[in-house]
Amino acid sequence: MKFDQPAGQNAIDQLKVVGKPIDRIDGPLKTTGRALYAYERHDVEARPAYGYIVGATIAKGRIRRLSTDRARSAPGVLAVVTAENAGTVGKGDYNTAKLLGGPEIQHYHQAIAVVVAESFEQARSAAALIEADYVKARCAFDLAEAKAGAGDPKGGPEQSSAGDFAGAFAAAPVTLDETYTTPDHSHAMMEPMATMASWEGDRLTLWTSNQMIAWGKGEVAKIFGIPPENVRLDSPYIGGGFGGKLFVRSDAVMAALASKATGRPVKVAMQRPLMINNATHRPATIQRIRIGTERDGRITAIGHESWNGDLPGGGTEVATQQTKLLYAGANRMTSQKLAVLDLPEGNAMRAPGEAPGLMALEIAMDEMAEKLNMDPVEFRILNDTQVDPEKPERPFSTRQFVSCLRTGAERFGWSRRNPTPASVRDGRWLIGLGMAAGFRNNIVMKSGARVHLDARGMVTVETDMTDIGTGTYTIVAQTAAETLGIDVDRVVVRLGDSDFPAAAGSGGQWGANSSTAGVYAACMKLREQIIARLGYPADAAFTGGRVRAGRRNATLASVASDGPLVAEDFIEFGDLAEKYQQSTFAGHFVEVGVDSYTGETRIRRMLAVCAAGRILNPKTARSQVIGAMTMGVGAALMEELAVDTRHGFFVNHDLASYEVPVHADIPHQEVIFLDEVDDKSSPMKAKGVGELGLCGVGAAIANAVYNATGVRIRDYPLTLDKYLDRLPAIA
Amino acid sequence: MRPFTYERVTSPAAAALAARARPGAKFIAGGTNLLDLMKLQIETPQHLIDVGPVGLDRIEATPEGGLRIGALVTNTDLAGDARVRRDYGVLSRALLAGASGQLRNKATTAGNLLQRTRCPYFYDTAQACNKREPGSGCAAIGGFSRQLAVIGVSDHCIATHPSDMAVAMRVLDARVETVNAAGETRTIPMAEFHRLPEDRPHIDTVLPPGDLITGVTLPAPIGGTHVYRKVRDRASYAFAVVSVAAVLQRDGTGRVAFGGLAHKPWRVEAAEAAMPQGARAVAAIALADAKPTHENAFKVTLAERTLAAVVSDARG
Repeated sequence: MKFDQPAGQNAIDQLKVVGKPIDRIDGPLKTTGRALYAYERHDVEARPAYGYIVGATIAKGRIRRLSTDRARSAPGVLAVVTAENAGTVGKGDYNTAKLLGGPEIQHYHQAIAVVVAESFEQARSAAALIEADYVKARCAFDLAEAKAGAGDPKGGPEQSSAGDFAGAFAAAPVTLDETYTTPDHSHAMMEPMATMASWEGDRLTLWTSNQMIAWGKGEVAKIFGIPPENVRLDSPYIGGGFGGKLFVRSDAVMAALASKATGRPVKVAMQRPLMINNATHRPATIQRIRIGTERDGRITAIGHESWNGDLPGGGTEVATQQTKLLYAGANRMTSQKLAVLDLPEGNAMRAPGEAPGLMALEIAMDEMAEKLNMDPVEFRILNDTQVDPEKPERPFSTRQFVSCLRTGAERFGWSRRNPTPASVRDGRWLIGLGMAAGFRNNIVMKSGARVHLDARGMVTVETDMTDIGTGTYTIVAQTAAETLGIDVDRVVVRLGDSDFPAAAGSGGQWGANSSTAGVYAACMKLREQIIARLGYPADAAFTGGRVRAGRRNATLASVASDGPLVAEDFIEFGDLAEKYQQSTFAGHFVEVGVDSYTGETRIRRMLAVCAAGRILNPKTARSQVIGAMTMGVGAALMEELAVDTRHGFFVNHDLASYEVPVHADIPHQEVIFLDEVDDKSSPMKAKGVGELGLCGVGAAIANAVYNATGVRIRDYPLTLDKYLDRLPAIA
Repeated sequence: MRPFTYERVTSPAAAALAARARPGAKFIAGGTNLLDLMKLQIETPQHLIDVGPVGLDRIEATPEGGLRIGALVTNTDLAGDARVRRDYGVLSRALLAGASGQLRNKATTAGNLLQRTRCPYFYDTAQACNKREPGSGCAAIGGFSRQLAVIGVSDHCIATHPSDMAVAMRVLDARVETVNAAGETRTIPMAEFHRLPEDRPHIDTVLPPGDLITGVTLPAPIGGTHVYRKVRDRASYAFAVVSVAAVLQRDGTGRVAFGGLAHKPWRVEAAEAAMPQGARAVAAIALADAKPTHENAFKVTLAERTLAAVVSDARG
């Protein structure tokens, strides 16, 4: 099915199943431990061998000598695989650094060996016997130092402009020119990267934890030099990814090498202390923002530049992305520069670009509002735009940004905010309210599915789409049920297997809308087959488990009584995303308390008002948003990978020292979804929402802290050491 | 984790004898810290002596009017004991400020005292650490030190002791009771139990290898308002950036000990004489010899402000 015209009335619009807050259909499996994750696939292999990864302990250089003899002769050890004996191991297109290092080392904790043994404990114990002798190379680890030498990324300049930014900024009566920083962030998902691998001849199966099955299949084929059809990935359940599992990582490559070396299935889970430096992370940014306005608050010039570092050949963190689209203003510029840093590989993490970009931009907007003596909500509303400001001929498909802000302000009691900082107290607490815009682009991706109807009237959906804890199983079932006129419990959903049709996968908040659109397409094809078999007219209705045409009707089960019907299709997208800018919007509102003595910041309440197309399941969507808001609290108040600029690694590389919010940090959270259908996005008329919930939260908190204390912090996270000495004097 | 042998003992005397028979052996009780360290090969005992069955799990009144806490009393049981809650509130509050419910159910009184630093360089076996590997150097000095010690430091180590419980015990003048293989018992004041790093940071306490902690005694209650205030970046399940244990009397006098600042609970009795003059005066004396890094200098200010908050709260 090609989607190249705005959607008209269709089966989804019935909203008998779609749009309902249905409990997760996979919930009971997860709460009873029967959902088998990659490291627990006893169902396919009862007695695998165990692999344990050894990581490099320098940031850059080469291995002079790798001593593995003691490990090889340790009890239970079956093999030790290193670059010396692994054979040819290629590099995939999605990774910057190699997933098996040696002799060249590109970053700290890059995998250099996997020890395979009969038991996990034997593999771990033997791994400690491996000794590496290194020659260190000269390196750069400090973004602030490397910034001066930053240049264009490998694909050429990443910049945009419209009008005359420099002239308009110079002429503006009210201006802001500030620099903001965001630190390196870790995905810190609950389930580590984990894979069990098994070879049969030159056919490789990976039971793994991966967000993007089709990408992974191609990458694995390339890395091992085998045809893609010889690779199978199976990833039915994923314990969180946040972008850290978009790509095949060392666990998969090392498990495959280990299996090849031993002729046995081998499973490998990346040990937690290795994960943070071995895997990817959201890179730190330095962002300069300039805004110029008329005295009435209308933006005349807006400029956003961002710098980040990455390994040679790496990419930018596009923190300027939202600034192209969020606010009006005739004169504008954005620019991305990339420095070479020899830290672990930077890559996508939930809402790449907008997440750190809005952390900066939305503080700048708060600062401008204050300079203008305007309410921050009104300042943003004044600068709303209904078209792409760089290309005014492109309207937004839908844009309820103003409604998000107005609704949020009313529901949150924004009018009770005292605009004078440090003027509201509750006992020892300094109280502040803050808000920020939420913005995240909507991306659509080709997505396929196969549906079966059997003689019991059961419909089975198969797609390699993944559920990374987001609720995919449930919304896929809802989509099939709605389209075929049956209840959700008549639908079986099978996900994450590369033998199924390739789907959009989970990333960039494109998964829900794109993958359900693919399921819709396949179900519509199945409807055609059903109608053809029955000889009914094309406008036959599908309701209550029956097909109805005039006085005739038949149960779905009866249609398949002579054999199952199988339909496969995919959704592909035309140029509606070029003709119309498709984005999602939010208003984030936060109340904080800052301890006037110790500077500890605690969140008191949070509200997100989201406009993100049709909400397929308000319950799973709300869970996505409150989870994202929680991640925003982490980014605002505590999350930072501490860089050791002498040795080039993230020092706090476990979950004890890389702090993410705990339950006690998260108080009342409220989420409101505005009614919206976007007929330009897909037949589902939905958009993404899982990343929108994060975008802007950090700045809303930072602005609330400023309102509480009168101290403006432009460097995340807002830990107490950054403002303790500027708090009001104590008795 | 390296292979190790394991035995269970049923009395304190048997435990001490077993330790003498196997130099390098370690006692294990709750195991909440030791097992983590063994998995990372930071601790590599060849033999474990499980003291679980030795008893020592009671809290009993002493003839002096205090309490004797058995070494194996769990953190949960100690925090919840009615006598502790009534007469030694600072101790109950300190315990509940630490770890998580699951860990407190398993962790014991003696184990809590003997837990090791959480310095991230101690935890990364590829990095130099005099505490983990004597003579290898200290990567924390000049490195990421925000969480580390500001006072009592040496050129060899800037680690902190992570316990909350020990800070409260220090302010209560608790005493640690031990037994050795010869059956000799000792009583060690909390003030002396933990060491400063000096040039031997690998030795955390004055407890000789093989000696077993049998309990901790608390003197008779001293009344006053008991406060434990723990400052951290997130609201729970984090080690203290700075903590203050205090017992404050109506007449303005009081005792105070700090956590998160040093290689041991930090209490300067001479500073307590300045309590009536307020937090700034106390902190000025107690932290006069602070030698922070550029990353953790804020802890000195934070300690003073946290004490001010404690005093302010206590005086309502």
